[in-house]
Amino acid sequence: MSKIRFTEPNREILARRDSIINDLTRLVDPAGLITSTDECRAYETDALTAYRKMPLAVVLPKTTEEVSAVLKYCHDTGVKVVPRGAGTSLAGGAIPSEDAVVLGLSKMNRVLAVNYDDRFIRVEAGVTNLSVTAVVAENGFFYAPDPSSQLACTIGGNIANNSGGAHCLKYGVTTNNLLGVRMVLIDGSIIDLGGDYLDSAGLDLLGLVVGSEGQLGIVTEATLRILKSAEGARPVLFGFPSCEGAGKAVADVIAAGIIPVAIEYMDKAAIEICEAFAKAGYPLDVEALLIVEVEGSDAEMDATLADITAIARANGATTVRESRSAIETAAIWKGRKSAFGATGRVADYLCMDGTVPTGKLSYVLAEISKIVQRHGLRVANVFHAGDGNMHPLILYNANDPSQQSKAEAAGDDILRLCVEVGGCLTGEHGVGIEKRDLMRYQFDDADLVQQIRVRAAFDPRWLLNTDKVFPLDFRCQG
Amino acid sequence: MTDCYKPRDECGLSSAIKDAATAKMPLVVRGAGSKSAMGRPLGGYAMSLTTERMRGVSLYEPTELVIGALPGTPVSEIDRMLAKHNQMLPFEPMDHRVLFGTSAEPTIGGIVAGNVSGPRRIAVGACRDSLIGVRLVTGRGDVVKSGGRVMKNVTGLDLVKLNCGAWGTLGVLSEVIFKVLPKPARSLSVGLGGMNDTTAIAALTAALGSSFAVSAAAHIPASIGSDSTTIVRLEGSDGSVAYGARELAKLWRSFGRAELIEGDESANLWLRVRDAHWLAQPMDRSIWRLSLAPSKAPHVLADIRQKLGVRYFFDWGGGLVWLAVVDADDAGASVVREAMANTGGHATLVRASSEMRHRIDVFEPLPPAVLKLTQEIKKCFDPDRVLNFGRMYAGI
Repeated sequence: MSKIRFTEPNREILARRDSIINDLTRLVDPAGLITSTDECRAYETDALTAYRKMPLAVVLPKTTEEVSAVLKYCHDTGVKVVPRGAGTSLAGGAIPSEDAVVLGLSKMNRVLAVNYDDRFIRVEAGVTNLSVTAVVAENGFFYAPDPSSQLACTIGGNIANNSGGAHCLKYGVTTNNLLGVRMVLIDGSIIDLGGDYLDSAGLDLLGLVVGSEGQLGIVTEATLRILKSAEGARPVLFGFPSCEGAGKAVADVIAAGIIPVAIEYMDKAAIEICEAFAKAGYPLDVEALLIVEVEGSDAEMDATLADITAIARANGATTVRESRSAIETAAIWKGRKSAFGATGRVADYLCMDGTVPTGKLSYVLAEISKIVQRHGLRVANVFHAGDGNMHPLILYNANDPSQQSKAEAAGDDILRLCVEVGGCLTGEHGVGIEKRDLMRYQFDDADLVQQIRVRAAFDPRWLLNTDKVFPLDFRCQG
Repeated sequence: MTDCYKPRDECGLSSAIKDAATAKMPLVVRGAGSKSAMGRPLGGYAMSLTTERMRGVSLYEPTELVIGALPGTPVSEIDRMLAKHNQMLPFEPMDHRVLFGTSAEPTIGGIVAGNVSGPRRIAVGACRDSLIGVRLVTGRGDVVKSGGRVMKNVTGLDLVKLNCGAWGTLGVLSEVIFKVLPKPARSLSVGLGGMNDTTAIAALTAALGSSFAVSAAAHIPASIGSDSTTIVRLEGSDGSVAYGARELAKLWRSFGRAELIEGDESANLWLRVRDAHWLAQPMDRSIWRLSLAPSKAPHVLADIRQKLGVRYFFDWGGGLVWLAVVDADDAGASVVREAMANTGGHATLVRASSEMRHRIDVFEPLPPAVLKLTQEIKKCFDPDRVLNFGRMYAGI
């Protein structure tokens, strides 16, 4: 049986469905209103596909004003709203409820301004992450956060989950690369936070909104910092005969004062899965693989790689293979970024996202292995090692209900372990519904109550993305 | 003379605030007081609270690039400890003693409360970007934690950033945790002379749009010294800095002949930029800090200079303007805010007489919907209005 609970839908709202839909037709372009069961089915889940709920209706506004009209209507009539970008949440952050309207941003996908002198791009929130870099790449610029789902995921979703990616070790996560947003509050008011300059005025509401998982308002436009690309970038594969050696090498590189652009870790299970899918030339005779990317001029990359290679060899690295061409580089990253998709071809999986202190990596890897074995399952580890953001993929068979509950129990144990060693439940995927009930493990009631009070300052009627992030027995408190 | 709570630990801090909340007695909250003269004046409060006695580094893992400290810890103590491992606070916090003529050493809590950064902000982010965890005591006396000691964390609402730059109006910090960086192996500056503001900002923009490890970019116009100086700082490995300097000189060829500035001369120059050294004297001049898109800065300055006598310079590639107003009965507020009105940016009155800071909005006035949110947030952290009530905005 699935263990994540959903609240009972509000019968009064369900009974009003026809009149609500009728009212919505007056607020958005008819092409942006989806009400049939067949079409709504595309919105009943996200990337946490084990859970599904059919929404009351789906609206796909085209403008901030339409978003405002829908939110004001829902606020005034007490209808819940579930914001949605591309629906790639692994934590169930975009899963609807039967008494909620899904507000999707997929039709708000225009690029509004690009300014190379002031180094920013302004986009609508439904623009995909990868297309931002695609717009500015011809001028040698890029947008730093690069989650694995970047082909599909939207900037709005990135803001909601403070998304990172492989390259955030050097460049930071979404919150460090976001200059401003236009957002709509639940009462329909439209506000601008930040803009095309650094450090917004007043309280740092922009910082608060990032990572708030669609519970404070709906972001419709974003101003993002763009950066000039380095002259060159080169990933190197380091194969290790032991997981401990790879973990220690990561800690030693950071300790030596070297900050590569990315340090990605894969264990044997993940290497096999990704190599079969991407043919990236990953070594198959090792227990663990590190992909370390450095950038800069050729001379600089040579010097840094020499230092990193020495550290890797000292920790027992048996394979050292530098990318020799753009095609090889692309293949190396394709293998890593398609890890989740490739894993999905061989098994169902739950993807964890806990972050741990980098000094604890080896210990945590060994413990994860024991936990998963204890539950009678297998695990593939593929994650951002440089910042301690782990992604154990717990493999199971979704058609076997007992396996699903075992997988979920193993996941809970792993996240508890992450918190115990000084880390957190989620580094970049968000809490969603998945980790909602573990929040008490990381936070005391006083911490959660204060978060809920802040949430209530934005959404006092508790209508935005309800049933997410906070344990269900926590509700608005003034 | 006001009475002062001087708690030694978080528990004492909590009970002091609970006392104040019960008595509905507003507190002036401070660290060492190096920038007490910033913000709206809090005259008339009978009680103050200082975190000076809550000192010490609580956590330092050099190999994980993480440091944590109690709020009253002097920044210099943290700098010294990091330096032993060749590390640094990335955001290069400004020392306000130069502008305010104060002597007490700035504390790390005060730096976080003001989200105080320096020239390296454009390359590695502000104080709020390095801050990864806090513990704090709210106006109700509740101890609350947010964030932690790991680099990536989206577990729950980010109260870390909300409290960074809140000037102690929401909670009093009891511990702050940062990610830190290795010190660059080499740092040098490349400078150009004789440029006007528009050309100088164009040169800085060209440098910042390059890939040569620029960690700071400033322009000090001729009105400050004998000749104008337009400088960028390059930081990184030996080789990358040397290479960057050569390439930058080529990139700047159309602007003039680039000059290398190294060692103490370079370091001292950036200390002066960081602390707005050139504007400190005379002490009776009002000082503004303008944050805006760099390309708009020369125009805004030209506009202000037509109406107001000012001394000024640019940091952050033009995105930060420091301005000392020579003589104006409103500290230049009407001219400055009008010039900024259509830029989208914001202006802060950093230094002015208490009378002036009472009369004029110190921080950028907020639009009604944002002000309402700010009021609601204040209310949920500090319902009895005991923490620095009114320091940022009236009623906050």
